[in-house]
Amino acid sequence: MEAGSLSPTTPAVRASPLAALRRYLGRWGLIAALAALPIYYGIRDLTHGYQAGFVAGHPVIHHDLTQLGFNFAVGLSNGAIWALIAIGYTLVYGIIELINFAHGDVFMIGSFTAVGLWGTLGLGFATGTAGLIGGLLGTLVLTMVVCGVLNVLIERVAYRPLRSAPKLAALITAVGFSFILQNVGLLWRGGSPQSVNDLIGQGKTVFHIFGVPIARGYLLALGVMIPLVFLLSRFISSTRMGRAMRATAQDPEAARLMGINVNQTISLTFLLGGMLAGAAGLIYALYETNIWYFQGFKAGLIAFTAAVMGGIGNVRGAVLGGLIIGVIQALADSRMGPQWTEAVVFGFLIMIMVLRPRGLLGEETREAG
Amino acid sequence: MSDPPGQPVEELDQNAGRDAPPSGPSGWGELRAQLQEWRAAVDGALPPWWPRAMAVIAIAFAIVLPFFFSLDSDFMNATIIAVAYAVMSLGLNIVVGFAGLLDLGYVAFYALGAYSLGWFGSDFFFKAHIHVLVSKVASTLPGIHLNFILILIAAALICALAGMLIGLPTLRLRGDYIAIVTLAFGEIIAVVAVNGQSVQLGGGMTLTAGNLGISAVDSPYFPGVGMFNELNLRPWYWLILGVMLFVLFVNLRLRDSRLGRAWIALREDEVAAVSMGIPLVRTKLMAYSMGAAFGGMAGAFFGTYFTVVNADQFQFGFSIFILSMVIIGGLGSIWGAVAGGLLLGYINYYLIPHVLNTLPSKFGLNFQLTEIEFGIYGFLLVMMMILRPQGLIPERRRRLELTAKVGVAQSERELAEPSAYDTTGVNE
Repeated sequence: MEAGSLSPTTPAVRASPLAALRRYLGRWGLIAALAALPIYYGIRDLTHGYQAGFVAGHPVIHHDLTQLGFNFAVGLSNGAIWALIAIGYTLVYGIIELINFAHGDVFMIGSFTAVGLWGTLGLGFATGTAGLIGGLLGTLVLTMVVCGVLNVLIERVAYRPLRSAPKLAALITAVGFSFILQNVGLLWRGGSPQSVNDLIGQGKTVFHIFGVPIARGYLLALGVMIPLVFLLSRFISSTRMGRAMRATAQDPEAARLMGINVNQTISLTFLLGGMLAGAAGLIYALYETNIWYFQGFKAGLIAFTAAVMGGIGNVRGAVLGGLIIGVIQALADSRMGPQWTEAVVFGFLIMIMVLRPRGLLGEETREAG
Repeated sequence: MSDPPGQPVEELDQNAGRDAPPSGPSGWGELRAQLQEWRAAVDGALPPWWPRAMAVIAIAFAIVLPFFFSLDSDFMNATIIAVAYAVMSLGLNIVVGFAGLLDLGYVAFYALGAYSLGWFGSDFFFKAHIHVLVSKVASTLPGIHLNFILILIAAALICALAGMLIGLPTLRLRGDYIAIVTLAFGEIIAVVAVNGQSVQLGGGMTLTAGNLGISAVDSPYFPGVGMFNELNLRPWYWLILGVMLFVLFVNLRLRDSRLGRAWIALREDEVAAVSMGIPLVRTKLMAYSMGAAFGGMAGAFFGTYFTVVNADQFQFGFSIFILSMVIIGGLGSIWGAVAGGLLLGYINYYLIPHVLNTLPSKFGLNFQLTEIEFGIYGFLLVMMMILRPQGLIPERRRRLELTAKVGVAQSERELAEPSAYDTTGVNE
């Protein structure tokens, strides 16, 4: 430990076996740790079997991978929501190195806005399919706009004046805004979780893959996430503004000298992050069919974990991290009990930090040497 | 309030009117310069023993404070909590302020401290029968019952150990990555506290009581001192004041010690500090364990003061609350940490409930009151950081840095101050 920390900026290329072991662990340790849970439970399901239900009072034991597949289906669709939120974290962290604690609460406001808009538009169980799809698409766009603008306003009010202050100051205002948004949510819809209309019938099975039922909710989550992420990565990689974003993330000062409007670029980043959080909020409301003012806080922590796992500053990494965290959560939920899920997720977070601080797809950074 | 603006000049184009440098044409700048001049004159006129005399007066005032209030006044209740917060804030200041290790999981030490009290000062472990220097009533009860001083020591030791454990994975990391690891540890401890009911220790005893809480914990007992109960808050106040003064004294001595200077050196430049021969691992782990120990002491006090150790007290928000105290007070500043702890404690437990109670109840229902408090408090945090990001009482060293960064001699007094930054004066 000591030897590596002496020169944190240069990769330690030493002949000592300990360093070699560490490099090896850094490359494969995290992947091994991530693969451990599904492999363990997969083998366990095959050898010991699992209880698939009751027939005439007797437990039915199956010996196959269907339950694992089911966990993956739940996990990936949940992970799609985390991925959308995690992109907001990763973009913002990449560009101004701020853990935007208010981001999870922007997601919560997204859920609330979406549910409010359904009421305004009159979407309900009586609405026809065409009306429902049109209404939901309209809600999606409006929610994204609302959350994007909200995120931009937060940046303008709370982070921009602190751009040159100590980094912790911006962190604290982020937390302050998180509290404020939570209170807005609390005043808006009260202190207890509220159930919302299951507009799309999210639990209805559409088809089976290898015996794993695929519900509408899963398709919705992945069906919204994948196009949005595709559009975003196209935007970042091939438009002028996207290039400005990448340049600013790399070196704000140099970007400014090259004629990039840094403030505008940062606002744009917050706009994009907020829009994706809004989309995630809508999916969450449709998928979980209940909303709560505190949902954003936990979601924020989980999504941030996802962003770190994928490699902070990296959009593809955030998506990958979100999906992986979703699967870990689903596995922990169904195998260990939901009360331990959080501890498992954060345990993985610590393991990432120990084994591979730059994340799965991340670049080596100054701080995570 | 006469310190130089906390932002370098070149970044001020956004808000030049508000934070203009003193030499500028704006009235604020002139006023600020004038205030600084007056303050320097006042400081120059005071005798050298003045700060010590002020400290003695402040301590004496703090000791007699309860006599101005009734035995169980709300104000005393808020004061006790605020002083305990100040202890926590002093502890976190060591980690975040001195050593520069951003710790977002400080609630873990509150939890461990409180559980130390729950384990060693109640009938929670009912199979054990251990009694050390406790009151007559407690010595007849089952469970482990230690004297409060012993519990404080136990809490400090447990938390110091836990602090080291939390510190270990962060040794290679810096900045926000440390924050993430500590945050994760804090959350894990909170989850274990909630689910500890299902962790069996044998004989029907569990690790924690989860959300039911370990209730009926012992009150502190000291022969010759009055009863510790909710009708008479004075002994509680003196107890926590004593703890706070002890922690304050240790902090002041630590800051100027070899270890304290090593922390500050690590904070300023890790590579340079290590190449100067500072043992990185030991110094960082000492910072974690010291900070954790003080947090644990305050946690044990909270446990006995609230008479229950309940898992739902240990929320992430608490870590942020303590961190806000440190930052609002001024990162790395001991007096700032005390001021921040007292200020936020009073705001949270006295000012806001008081103000809201006198306001017409236009905010609606009663059960929302505390949550609205949190929103107001978030707003205060944002305003505070935007208006004065360096904190109420900035550390002297940091003030110098800010001055040096601006590159203008903001104040003769600060440059004349003998310090490691003599070169600044030479350049001027």
